[in-house]
Amino acid sequence: MKFPSPKRQIITEAAQSFTFTRRTMVLGAIQGGIGALLAARMAWISIAENEKYTLLSESNRVNLTLIPPRRGWIIDRNGRPLANNRTDFRVDLIPQRVVDADATVKHLAQLLSLESDEVDRIREELDKSAGFRPVQVADKLTYDQYAAVSVRLPDLPGVAPSQGFSRHYPAGSTVGHLLGYVGAATAEEYKERKNPLLITPGFKVGKDGLERAFDEHLTGQPGAKRVEVTARGKIVRELTTRPDTPGHSIKLTIDAGLQEYAGRRLATQSGSVVVIDCTNGDVLAMASMPSFDPNSFSDGISQLEWAMLSQDDHVPLRNKTLQGLYPPGSTVKPMVALALLEAGIGPQETVGCAGALRVGNTLFHCHKRRGHGAVNMRTAIAQSCDIYFYQMAQRIGMDRIAAMARRCGMGQRFDLPFPSQSYGTVPDPAWKLKKYDQKWQVYDTVNATIGQGYMLINPLQMAVMAARLATGKQLMPNFLHGAKRPSPSSVGASEEHLAIIRDAMSAVVNGGGTGGAARMAIPDVLIAGKTGTAQVRRITMAERAGGVRRDASLAFKLRDHALFQGFAPFDNPRYAVGCIIEHGGHMIRNEDAPMIASDTLSYLFDPKKAMEKLETLEKGWGGTPTERQARQMGAFRLARAIEKGEVPPPAADNASNAAEAGNSATPSPAPPAPDEAGDVPPPPGSNVADAP
Amino acid sequence: MSIIPQPLTQFPWRVLALLLAIAMFGTLVLYSAAGGSIFPWATNQAVRFCVFSGMALVLSRIPLEIFARFAFPAYAGVLIALFLVELIGGVAGGSQRWINLGFMQLQPSEFMKPIIVLAVARFYARLPVGEIRSWNAIWPALVLIGLPWALVLVQPDLGTATMILAGGVTVMFLAGLPLRLFIGSGLTLAAIVPVAFSFLHDYQQKRVLIFMAPESDPLGAGYHISQSKIAIGSGGIWGKGFLQGSQSHLDYLPEGHTDFVFATMAEEWGMAGGLLLIGAFMLLFRWGLRVAMRTSDRFARLVAAGLTTTIFFYVAINLMMVMGLAPVVGIPLPFMSYGGSSMLTVMLCVGIIMAIDRSNSRASNPGNWG
Repeated sequence: MKFPSPKRQIITEAAQSFTFTRRTMVLGAIQGGIGALLAARMAWISIAENEKYTLLSESNRVNLTLIPPRRGWIIDRNGRPLANNRTDFRVDLIPQRVVDADATVKHLAQLLSLESDEVDRIREELDKSAGFRPVQVADKLTYDQYAAVSVRLPDLPGVAPSQGFSRHYPAGSTVGHLLGYVGAATAEEYKERKNPLLITPGFKVGKDGLERAFDEHLTGQPGAKRVEVTARGKIVRELTTRPDTPGHSIKLTIDAGLQEYAGRRLATQSGSVVVIDCTNGDVLAMASMPSFDPNSFSDGISQLEWAMLSQDDHVPLRNKTLQGLYPPGSTVKPMVALALLEAGIGPQETVGCAGALRVGNTLFHCHKRRGHGAVNMRTAIAQSCDIYFYQMAQRIGMDRIAAMARRCGMGQRFDLPFPSQSYGTVPDPAWKLKKYDQKWQVYDTVNATIGQGYMLINPLQMAVMAARLATGKQLMPNFLHGAKRPSPSSVGASEEHLAIIRDAMSAVVNGGGTGGAARMAIPDVLIAGKTGTAQVRRITMAERAGGVRRDASLAFKLRDHALFQGFAPFDNPRYAVGCIIEHGGHMIRNEDAPMIASDTLSYLFDPKKAMEKLETLEKGWGGTPTERQARQMGAFRLARAIEKGEVPPPAADNASNAAEAGNSATPSPAPPAPDEAGDVPPPPGSNVADAP
Repeated sequence: MSIIPQPLTQFPWRVLALLLAIAMFGTLVLYSAAGGSIFPWATNQAVRFCVFSGMALVLSRIPLEIFARFAFPAYAGVLIALFLVELIGGVAGGSQRWINLGFMQLQPSEFMKPIIVLAVARFYARLPVGEIRSWNAIWPALVLIGLPWALVLVQPDLGTATMILAGGVTVMFLAGLPLRLFIGSGLTLAAIVPVAFSFLHDYQQKRVLIFMAPESDPLGAGYHISQSKIAIGSGGIWGKGFLQGSQSHLDYLPEGHTDFVFATMAEEWGMAGGLLLIGAFMLLFRWGLRVAMRTSDRFARLVAAGLTTTIFFYVAINLMMVMGLAPVVGIPLPFMSYGGSSMLTVMLCVGIIMAIDRSNSRASNPGNWG
């Protein structure tokens, strides 16, 4: 660096003093300038940006918590609640306030007698949870349990007992598949709808069934609570609270009593019952059993219960009424007969049944090996003679039968408020060509006329078919009470033809036919119907030669389905019913389709008597579905514990008790016991029903 | 001739009243910051203020020659203390700024802020007048400033290091060094800032970056500045009212009683309170600079202007920091922020300026009532 020589410029004390003064003034000016800058900045922030920062300060200070709205009720046609809200005592843990997590959880587990899997869940959530989001300890507590925790609060920092609402289904598992259940929204649902209500603790959305279909209608307006919180989330005080607006209720066509009765009447079987009002198509009951209990689903089902339900071979997680597809078997015969009448075949024309008929290269058998002899239409339906229908169907051809089947509701997709629906098949030559690129064969017609082969139906469609055969009108199933709909068009059959069919179907039950078990104990009310058996496996020639094996000796999955469709009273139909028992095999008379269907209908005429009969029967089955499921759960939990080595295997007699307690359903997580009949005391007169 | 006795007229009433007003306001703010309680901050602060005011008054009675004589020894002592801090820090690990004396924590870098001014002023006062434009006028001052600056910077304490540098350079500027030196090094500095930036500690780099865009990380490192601006901005013109500040009372504002005490104040007293406070500080600086300009002694006038500027740096850096104009560097606001060290330093400065003021008035009224 080069500096000017001091000699070139004489610097005096005075000059330096002057420099100092000038520079001090500059310094003062700079300081004043910065002071002015700071004042300007201050003014900018607190005046120009005041609104923005006031808002930010408020959003810091005020924490808005949504109060989940109470869900609208679902009520039956008479106003009885099918789903309502129950005051719910619950206990949560606020992780940040908990001092000694281990001791607190232990104390709570003891106070509320929590199961070990629940305790594990709480510990796990407590580990993962951050901040003030509460961890649920237990809900649906009794007042006593709630009080027991409340009085010990001083010793239990971080424990928060509270009162809220939870969904309650009084009829339990019998409405499981009809109504569905509710649950916390998933992350995907939140991403899709971006509604903050969805992530509010305690808010539930409809997950299945009608709860899902009418979710919007049932969801109300949330309330809101504004609280002042510190930076660490501690609540200082409550500011304002706006109460919630409950959702709208929905009135269904379902008869709550009948629905519950139908569910319980299905006994230990895997099956479904649908009852339809013949005047307008209203669905009065639609039960699929066994079922999950929507009450426990709505609280978040435990892993254990889920495992039990998904391992059960009676598929409690599937809605059989809408998603189950079965070959309709002989239940289609009245419909086929109606097609025959329409095609001009006289009701008195007879066919000789010798027990078998050769079609092409194949020998088709009647279910009665010795044959029925000469049969007319009435006898053919009453005795369910296959040969009559093999012969007659060949005369009119498949197209006319398929057309009638469709008019009777088979293969039809109904506009229903359910997320999924399987609607089956009505095969005809055009369908087969399109689907398999194969020509329709005579044996296809023969198979279809007895409801086998490609033909598939779901239980609701079967009830619709019964209602349409009973009334001659194309009734549409409906679930909303008082829904407006166009008057149904005709099935296309004359009243005379319908009378013939109704008479023949009455003979099935009351005239010594195959459905004698369905006879009703109500005076002056005769039920008409048609039984059916749907084969699940092929019967080989070799087996036929050696004698067809009885269902009781087969594995559960290989047994025949048992079916029944009908209506009552037969001469002036008021109610129609469809019932399918999966792999029922007609083994136990009082748990077979005809008697279940008939008893269910009888509830509509004399509920008291029907109930008495059910209660007597239930004693033999091990109690109501809820009781049986609870015991099954207990046995399952024990079996799991033994498997994991947490509990020593009990003495032999205990184990067998536990297995028995499990009743018909899986008594252990091991492969399901196929021989379920062994668990049920054989009721008197339980012979194999003589129906194909 | 006044009828008021001379010791009373010489007593610095006006500046003491000004300081008392600022300190009382500060105590009030600390009372509110504690949630409406005189504990734990307000009482301590008030007691400290009284003690340090007394100390300043005692300082003001000390003849200037004593300051001049002890400038270099004091500088050497504090420099040694800085070395010791560095040594102890090397053992303890991490950022070390304190020496534990047993009864109190001593922060030598805090004392360096006024002493660097004294030392550099002393140097230029002893420099022959003609030498001011020579190389000899520059390098010793640079060494005097550079040593403590480097020691504090490696602590690392960017804020204090900057203040030491600024205090020293201010005195160099006032001493009459050629103007182009300052302009030239200013430009050079602007050129090497990006390079220097890469030598900063991670957390310092982060602070600088966050300062550039505090909203980019409102919950992380930008949290301080964001919340401080929210507190000041939401105060509006007249503030939310005494004890009504939600940002400070609900703990959203971090360091609300120390470095960010201005935000706590502005939330409750609004722009009105803020401008009043800035105005009060400006009066203090005006007093300091006027004392300097009235003084004819080279050492004294450099010291008076330098120390005033040191207090100014406290205020300016702190306010720019809380208003989002400077990075968060940890410089407290004099008389307002809770803390003993900074108040001690500022009161040392005030006391020395008062001493200079006193010697001026004695010089202008020689022998009056002797």
